[in-house]
Amino acid sequence: MVATDPSRVQVAPAARVALWRDMRVRGIAAQILTVGAVAGLVAYFGHNAIVNLEQRGIATGFAFLKREAAFEISSTLIDYSPASSYGRALVVGILNTLLVSSLGIVLTTIFGTLLGIARLSTNWLVQRVTGWYIEVMRNTPLLLQLIVWWDLLRVSAPLPREAFNPLPGVFISNRGLNISVPAWNEAYLWMLVAAVLGIAVTMLLGRQMHRRQELTGKRFPIFWAGLGLILGPPLVVFLCAGAPVELDTPVLQGFNFVGGENVTPEFAALLFGLVAYTSAFVAEIVRSGILSVSKGQTEAASALGLRPSWTLRLVVLPQAVRVIVPPMTSEYLSLTKNSSLAVYIGFPDFVSIANTEANQTGQVVEVIAILMAVYLTISLTISVLMNFYNRYVALVER
Amino acid sequence: MTGFTMLRFGLAASAIALAAWSAPASAGPTLDKVKANGFVTCGANTGLVGFGMPDKQGNYTGLDVDICRAIAAAVLGDASKVKYVPTTAQQRFPALQSGEVDVLARNTTVTLLRDTDLGFNFAPITYYDGQGFMVAKKAGIKSAKELNGATVCVQPGTTTELNLADYFRTNKMTFKPLVIEKLDEVENAFFAGRCDAYTTDRSGLAATRISKAPNPDDYIILPEVISKEPLAPAVRHGDDEWFDIVKWVVYAMFDAEEKGVTQKNVDEMLKSDDPEIKRMLGVTAGMGKALHLDDKWAYNIIKQVGNYGESFERNVGKDSPLKLDRGLNALWTNGGLMYGAPIR
Repeated sequence: MVATDPSRVQVAPAARVALWRDMRVRGIAAQILTVGAVAGLVAYFGHNAIVNLEQRGIATGFAFLKREAAFEISSTLIDYSPASSYGRALVVGILNTLLVSSLGIVLTTIFGTLLGIARLSTNWLVQRVTGWYIEVMRNTPLLLQLIVWWDLLRVSAPLPREAFNPLPGVFISNRGLNISVPAWNEAYLWMLVAAVLGIAVTMLLGRQMHRRQELTGKRFPIFWAGLGLILGPPLVVFLCAGAPVELDTPVLQGFNFVGGENVTPEFAALLFGLVAYTSAFVAEIVRSGILSVSKGQTEAASALGLRPSWTLRLVVLPQAVRVIVPPMTSEYLSLTKNSSLAVYIGFPDFVSIANTEANQTGQVVEVIAILMAVYLTISLTISVLMNFYNRYVALVER
Repeated sequence: MTGFTMLRFGLAASAIALAAWSAPASAGPTLDKVKANGFVTCGANTGLVGFGMPDKQGNYTGLDVDICRAIAAAVLGDASKVKYVPTTAQQRFPALQSGEVDVLARNTTVTLLRDTDLGFNFAPITYYDGQGFMVAKKAGIKSAKELNGATVCVQPGTTTELNLADYFRTNKMTFKPLVIEKLDEVENAFFAGRCDAYTTDRSGLAATRISKAPNPDDYIILPEVISKEPLAPAVRHGDDEWFDIVKWVVYAMFDAEEKGVTQKNVDEMLKSDDPEIKRMLGVTAGMGKALHLDDKWAYNIIKQVGNYGESFERNVGKDSPLKLDRGLNALWTNGGLMYGAPIR
C-alpha cells in the first residue's frame, strides 16, 4: 500500500498527461481493481457455499451458539457444565488457549534468554550442552516432542492410588499434579491490593532516589526499602484479618483426587513442549541480538570497571533488545498458534472444542470462520502489543 | 493429525463452495459418477475390528465394509470395486457432505440432527448397538453407577460424547473427559491407565478389548447400556436414486437371510419357485431396472458378499474373534429387529 500512496507519488502538475499514463490514477485504479477482484471472489465463493448448503439441506447460521452444548470439558477456567451453550464452550476453549499461550510466552522468554546467554558462555561445557539442546529441539517436529512429553508424563507417573507424595499436600500421579492451595478468603484480595500499592510506591520512590543519586551521588538502599514496602502491608493485612490459613488439600476419593489445584498431564505436556521447543528458537534470536552489539561496547564497559554481569544487564542486553524484539514477535505468534496441537494430546484448547462443535452441529463453515476470526484477533493483538514495545525500546537508541 | 483434520475441514468447506462449478445435477449424479469411475468411494473406519479394519495388505473387512462391497456388487457387479477412505469420527461427516465419499458406512449412529442439519439420509439400520463402559478389572467396579469422579476416555464428535455427559448428569455424578480424536491414541491412553473408564458402543468396546488390550481378561465391560445406538450407512441429501440403491442393498441382504438364500446356495436358488426369490435374484425381471441397476444386482450381492446373517457371523459373530450374539440384530422371525421390506 505504501508504494502507491498518492501523496508520495509526485507527478509534474503542469504537464497534461493522458489519464491512463497518470501514475496516480493508475495506482488508484490498480488498487480499486485488486480490492474489487478479491471482494468479488470472496462474494462468489460465499454465495456458492450458501446456495450449496441450502441445496443439500445443511443448516447454516450462528444460531447454534445458543443451543445446549451437552458435552463435558475437563479443564475450565469459568463455570461450565454440559447444560451451558455452545458459545460458552467456545469461550472456555479460548480461555484455555490464552492461558497456555500466555504462560508459554512468559516462560519461553525467560528460558530462551537464559539459553541464548548460556550458548555464548565461555564455559566449554555450558556452551556445548546448550548448543546441542538447541539443535535437537529446533530440528525435530513439535508434534513429536509433544507426544514424547505426554507419554513420559503418562507412563512414568504412577496411578492415583500409588501417587508419589514428595511433600505434604503434593501428589504426582498420571492424573497430573495435585497440590494444596489456601482456601479462598476475602483477606487475600486486600492483601493483593496492598501488595499492588506497595509496588507502585516502590516504583515512585525508586525513581526519586535514582534522581537523587544522579544529583548528589548518595545511594539509597532501594532493594530493602522496596522489599519492606511490598511485603509489609500485605503481612499487616494478613495479621489484622486473623491470619486465615485454611488449606484446600487434595484427598484421594474414589478414582481421583478431590480438592486442591490440579494440573493435568495434558496441560503440562503442552506447556513443557511449547516452551522447550520455542525456547530453542528464542535462544538463537537472543544470541544474534547479543552478538549484534559491537565488541567495543563490552570492552568499554570492562574498561570502566563494570562487572561482567553488570555489563550484560546494563550495556549489552538493552542494546540487543532492539534487534531481538521484532523476530520475538513471530516466535510468540507461532507459539500461540502451535498451542492448537493440543488436540492431539487431549487438552481442551480452542481448536479441540471447536472441532467437537463442528462435528456435533455439522456447521463446519461457521466454526472455521469463528476459528479464523479468533486466532486472527489473538495474533493481531500480540503483534500490536509487541509493536508498541518495539517502538518503546527503539526510542532508547542514541 | 490436527493439521490434517483442519485440512479436511478446509477441503470440505471449499469443496462445498466449489460444487457450484461442477456439472448440473442430473437424476442420479452419484450413480453416474460411480459407474464412470468404476468404483464406489466408501467412508470407512480407520480401524475397528469387526466393522471396518484394513489388514496388513490394506484389504478392508468388517460388517460396515460388507455394505460397501454389497453396493459395489449391486451397482458394478464386482464387490471388490470399492475405494475405502479411512475417516476418524470427526472427518466422516465433512467427507460425506463434500462428496469425497459416496456412502458413509462407518458405525455411525442415526440421530435426528444428523438426518436433518447435517444433510444426510440414513439407510436401514445394520447394527443395533448401545453405549457401555469398559474398566480395568482391578478397579473393582461392578456397575457404571460407581463411576462418580472417574476420568473417562472418549472420542470427540460422537454421540458417545453426548450420551456420556447425559448419563452422568442424570445420575448426579461428575466425571472428567479425556477427549482424543484418534482411536489408537484414545485406546492407548485408557490402557496406560490415564483414564478409569473407556466409553463407546459396546460392540466397539468388545473389539478394542479383544484386539488392543495387553491382556483382555484384565478388563471388563460393565453391564449398563446407557444409550440406543442404531448404526446405519448414510448418504447425502439430494440424490434420491442413490439413497434408494443403498437402502435396497441393505434390505436385500436381510431378505436373502430370511429366505435362506446364501452365498453357497444362491445358484441353486435361481431355480426356486418362490416368486419372491425369483424377483430378488432377477429371474423375474424388473426389480433391478427400477433401481436403474442390472437385474442381477441382488444375485451379485449374495454371491459375492453373502446375506446379512453370513456377514454378521463372519465379521462380529461366532466365526469372528468378537463372538457377539445376534441379540437385537437377529431377524424379526427370530425375535430380533432386522426386518427387510419386500422386494416387489
